Amino acid sequence: MGEEVKLFQTWSSPFSLRIAMALKLKGIPYDSVPEDLSNKSSLLLEYNPVYKKIPVLLHNNKPISESLVILEYVDEMWKQNPLLPQDPYERANARFWAKFNDDSLMPSMWTVLRSKSEPREAALVEVMKNLMVIEGELGGKKFFGGEKVGFLDIVMGWLAYLIDAFEEIFPGLNLIDPERFPLLSTWMKEFYNMPTIKELWPAQDMLVSSFKAHHRIEQKTE
Amino acid sequence: MTGGEEEVILLDFWASMLGMRCRLGLTLKGINYEYREEDLRNKSPLLLQMNPIHKKIPVLVHNGRPVCESLIILHYIDECLPDTYPLLPSDPYERSQSRFCADFVDKKFYETGRKVWSTKGEEQESAKRDLMEIIKLLEVQLGDKPFFGGERLGFLDVAVVPFSTWFYSYQKLGNFSMEGECPKLMAWVNRCLEIESVSKSLVDPHKVYAFVLQLKKALGLE
Repeated sequence: MGEEVKLFQTWSSPFSLRIAMALKLKGIPYDSVPEDLSNKSSLLLEYNPVYKKIPVLLHNNKPISESLVILEYVDEMWKQNPLLPQDPYERANARFWAKFNDDSLMPSMWTVLRSKSEPREAALVEVMKNLMVIEGELGGKKFFGGEKVGFLDIVMGWLAYLIDAFEEIFPGLNLIDPERFPLLSTWMKEFYNMPTIKELWPAQDMLVSSFKAHHRIEQKTE
Repeated sequence: MTGGEEEVILLDFWASMLGMRCRLGLTLKGINYEYREEDLRNKSPLLLQMNPIHKKIPVLVHNGRPVCESLIILHYIDECLPDTYPLLPSDPYERSQSRFCADFVDKKFYETGRKVWSTKGEEQESAKRDLMEIIKLLEVQLGDKPFFGGERLGFLDVAVVPFSTWFYSYQKLGNFSMEGECPKLMAWVNRCLEIESVSKSLVDPHKVYAFVLQLKKALGLE
């Protein structure tokens, strides 16, 4: 079609993975531009001067930043396999939970990972509270989007591949116990095994070693 | 949403910039709504029921169903009534830029403004510098247009103009002149205030200043 789509991303970022999933689900070919966050390219700094972060989507030489903004753009540009529901109230609901994920659930998870043993217990209580709310939102649906994968599944997709890695890094840390979170556990397996996006998941052993390296670095500077 | 059968309630707090966004959006769309003032130290059962996660205003209650988060509320009313005074532009790229800037304002402006009125010394000076940088960014986005939305008010105008009610407080407590530091933005504010829907939806900056002084006292920040 002559349209140029480029995705500035890293191999492990859950935020850039969202965009890769969305493009894949809609069958949009794109060029992946890997970024080294310790040595950001001049193009990245030019395309996202405000935050200097990935992901950045470049479409016909016009850059878009912030993963939730990019997702809405992708959904509006390419109408096949819609990600957001049609109904305005359902759309508002999906947006609300996406923000909750980004502003509450994910930060509470990073706090757990960064904490030393005692503060970690308190941080874990916050994570469990947030996960319970999400379990409630999933309800009896197969996916957050209903029968098919949608916007919120993509936004929450990080759970499907990062939880196992975190539990391996911190043995004894039982984040998503299938008995406590039966619906979320089932969703994680379903989403992880979806044929369209399965090839996008980063390898667990690479995630574990990379996170461990990061964690050791942080412990040294404390 | 404008029909006689519809029940639209806005749970709000008079001085809230985010609440004012909703008041302005609803007015521009011609939506009749019932305004309900919340006492933030004694939140109503309805607010706690409609926004159990964050317990915050603004909340739009449409026929008994809640929509939370001011930008999500703006999207919702825009999507319910797409043909009446569209807030977001029609072009997907322009929409993404409006969303990005509004999200930027939420992430940076609010917190930076708070530091300008609530801190002293070097922390305040640093906040003032940050505020000017944020405003410069907005002025670039505005360009030569009379409004962010072009010839008329758009999503980003609605998202940003309520902050102007707090500018008087910033400059009194920060000891600087908004008119002097950012004349371009102030010219835009004055253009907005000439529009009846805006002047009706925004509160008196002097009343906000009195409120901020009370708040500082209550928080022990004098």
